[in-house]
Amino acid sequence: MDEAEIRRALTRIAHEVLERNKGASSLALVGIAARGDDLARRLAAEIRRIEGAEVPVGVLDITFYRDDIGLRTEAPEVHETRIGFDITGRTVVLVDDVLFTGRTIRSAMDALVDFGRPRAVQLAVLVDRGHRELPIRADYVGKNVPTRADEQVRVAVKEVDGEDFVVVDAGSGGHPGKGGT
Amino acid sequence: MIKHLLSMTQLSREDVTRVLDTANSFREVGTRVIKKVPALRGRTVVNLFYENSTRTRISFELAAKRLSADVINFSSGGSSVSKGESLKDTALTLQAMGADAIVIRHSSSGSPATLTRWVTASVLNAGDGTHEHPTQGLLDLYTIRERFGRIEGLRAAIVGDVLHSRVARSLTFGLSKMGAEVTLVGPPTLIPPDAPAWGAEVSYELDPVLPKLDVCYMLRVQRERQRQQFFPSVREYSSLYGLSRDRVAMLPEGCMIMHPGPMNRGVEIASDVADLPQSVITEQVTNGIAVRMSLLYLMLGGAS
Amino acid sequence: MTARRVLLRGARLVDPASGHDGVADVLVEDGLVAAVGDGEATRATIVDCGGLVLAPGLVDLHAHLRQPGREDKETVETGSRAAAEGGYTAIAAMANTEPVADNVAVIQEVLALAEKAGLCEVHPVGAITTGLAGEAMSEIGEMAGAGVRLFSDDGNCIPRSRVLRMALEYARAFDVVIADHCEDASLAEGAQMHEGYTSSFLGLAGQPAETEEIMAVRDVLLARLTGGRLHLCHLSSAGSVDAVRRAKAHGVRVTAEVTPHHLSLTDEDLTDYDTNRKVNPPLRSAEDREALRAGLAEGTVDAVATDHAPHAIEDKEQEFDQAPPGTIGLETALAVVLTDLVGPGRLTLSRAIEAMSTAPGRILGASGHGGPVEPGREANLVAFDPEVDWVVEAPFASRSRNSAFLGRTLRGRVVHTMFRGELVVQDGKAQR
Repeated sequence: MDEAEIRRALTRIAHEVLERNKGASSLALVGIAARGDDLARRLAAEIRRIEGAEVPVGVLDITFYRDDIGLRTEAPEVHETRIGFDITGRTVVLVDDVLFTGRTIRSAMDALVDFGRPRAVQLAVLVDRGHRELPIRADYVGKNVPTRADEQVRVAVKEVDGEDFVVVDAGSGGHPGKGGT
Repeated sequence: MIKHLLSMTQLSREDVTRVLDTANSFREVGTRVIKKVPALRGRTVVNLFYENSTRTRISFELAAKRLSADVINFSSGGSSVSKGESLKDTALTLQAMGADAIVIRHSSSGSPATLTRWVTASVLNAGDGTHEHPTQGLLDLYTIRERFGRIEGLRAAIVGDVLHSRVARSLTFGLSKMGAEVTLVGPPTLIPPDAPAWGAEVSYELDPVLPKLDVCYMLRVQRERQRQQFFPSVREYSSLYGLSRDRVAMLPEGCMIMHPGPMNRGVEIASDVADLPQSVITEQVTNGIAVRMSLLYLMLGGAS
Repeated sequence: MTARRVLLRGARLVDPASGHDGVADVLVEDGLVAAVGDGEATRATIVDCGGLVLAPGLVDLHAHLRQPGREDKETVETGSRAAAEGGYTAIAAMANTEPVADNVAVIQEVLALAEKAGLCEVHPVGAITTGLAGEAMSEIGEMAGAGVRLFSDDGNCIPRSRVLRMALEYARAFDVVIADHCEDASLAEGAQMHEGYTSSFLGLAGQPAETEEIMAVRDVLLARLTGGRLHLCHLSSAGSVDAVRRAKAHGVRVTAEVTPHHLSLTDEDLTDYDTNRKVNPPLRSAEDREALRAGLAEGTVDAVATDHAPHAIEDKEQEFDQAPPGTIGLETALAVVLTDLVGPGRLTLSRAIEAMSTAPGRILGASGHGGPVEPGREANLVAFDPEVDWVVEAPFASRSRNSAFLGRTLRGRVVHTMFRGELVVQDGKAQR
């Protein structure tokens, strides 16, 4: 995907979120670090543009909830978590860049539960690349990109990488690094 | 990350930065309603405390529990430790119990190092004799970094019984590793002769050092040292090296006064200024849990 | 091997007492050296010593055999075996046993045990003061009559100068040696190692070199005053070597010894809190080690002595400050000297053998030991391979295994030890 395609996908997702939830009241966006939070902020900006509503945005680092702690050589790198509002009773839309095995989303849901009791949890992803290992599905998808397990999906966002794109790289081994979820 | 934390000298500058950065995330966990993450679920952390220290032990216990680890406490005054079971036999028992990490505080320098010979668990030194107290050093570095935004270039003085202080050693090594300037202050009998080799300046006078400080760290001085002839009287010690109201006035605006606790009022710090480091001591307690969580996570979060 | 006639063939015989250094065959008959030279011998058992060095059997001025009292750590028998495997044919057994060897009864018990083991000659050392308490002189005359030539309160220093003075003077009547362990108790109080950068880095209390030097200087002054024969045990510091050098220059009758571990290691070898390297006097700085090596080479330090100090496994497997000081040393002494001094050219082989055999034999008054290797003298010899590499590890002949050299590779090893004409050690193994 190039910059224009990403922009259109995010706009469409913003419309879908508003349509499905019948407006922006009691919505919250929580982006999964890293890059998911930048996408969440962009979605919030779109919602503000479309509906004029202010939706709170939080960032969630799921490292402590991973299911593979103790299996990698080094403890995984930790990022910031900041959820400055109460999620209880809200519809939380988790936002991530790539949906892959589904394990990151499982971790994110476990983490969310420790912050409160949302009314509902929905999932928005920029790219769904298939190969689910858990029964997880996205409610909103920017683009479905079928891939082979050993390929890498690389997402760049302006806020972190200076530019916007999504590319698929040829395989270097099946296990996803940070890029995969 | 290193397998055992026995001494501040084992950590590189990058290691220290990583521990402090990760501690930020754990401090955030401490602000949540549910102050717990499942990161070390299923791991067993043992607190092996031969010396009584409620404060440090509770800090480690909370740190481990907030990481969802199981905690076992062996402290003196109960169980096999006070019955005189040897360190080796206790170690073998803990090994058989499947401990993943052993946090040990002991009055003999080198005991944590000796312990590593008998267990496969990670060993964390929570204070050994007069050798080191690396987790205290790290939490002090964290507190300093939080206040000033950096450690590099700061000027710190560590004042008091440096010779017998494991906190002084760990903190001196840590501060100079991170680029701060350290001056050790005290009577010649309480400053080890080879202290300059630790990377610090030495001064036998306190007053000239005060006006340039960012951090003034007061060490506990036990009255027992007077009996052992390290100084002639408590009165003379506190007049030469104690932090009095007058001396506090000589410190620059924004200088942070620190103390590892508990304070000996009237010896190293006058009663009427003892409340000044008190708020920092409270910060140190909160930070202590976050830093210890960070260490446990980084040391146990990788493959064993 | 208990043959009547044995020919030790083809070794390089190094015998400082006679000045011999060259290949020679040695014929031994009925416990005595029968001939030295070009060997043709009929009806003799031939022991091939090609490639080996043959020397008078080693003599140790300082070993702790722990019996009577702590047979769990060592016995006269196991200690003799360790000595024999280390190439020693005579050793001095220190008096700090339980009960203390401050009377003839204990002396005779130790002699009897040694005779029964039959592996080397054991010279019991008598205590200078009763109970090693440093107060009252023990019956030096009676013990001298039982054959004791060396007296020491080792383990303890004699704190009161008057007591040491009296002992030195009194001992002149019997021409025996008073050996002191130099340590100022108040400076040593609470210390675990040498005071320096390493001790403060490790958080262990240290004692400065002056702890020993103060007493070394005091002792040589008293030796000068009394004209008695003084020996200083296990020197560890440059200042002590200086004190002995000055004293000898003034004609004082003082001799001195140094241990293999003080010649090899320094305080920096303690950074992993290895209790096997916790010794008293402690391992000191590189400068001190240099001075000890130079002092040994020039003869100011007369002899190498092991201070063989066995300790039970559970005693050493404790926190550093709880563990008793001491390392075993009989089985590794020669190899350490060869590896760290002779090999690198810091000491000649001849001087090394003089320091480990001839000089201590003379100080101890062990007349059958230390050479010269010549016809008519008792055949107490050691043959060693100076080239073979080996790793120091259990099992040891000693009952204990607290060696400061555990795990190290040393070069040089004893092959045969002959005691009174009998090969008590053959191919590195004790024969009984």
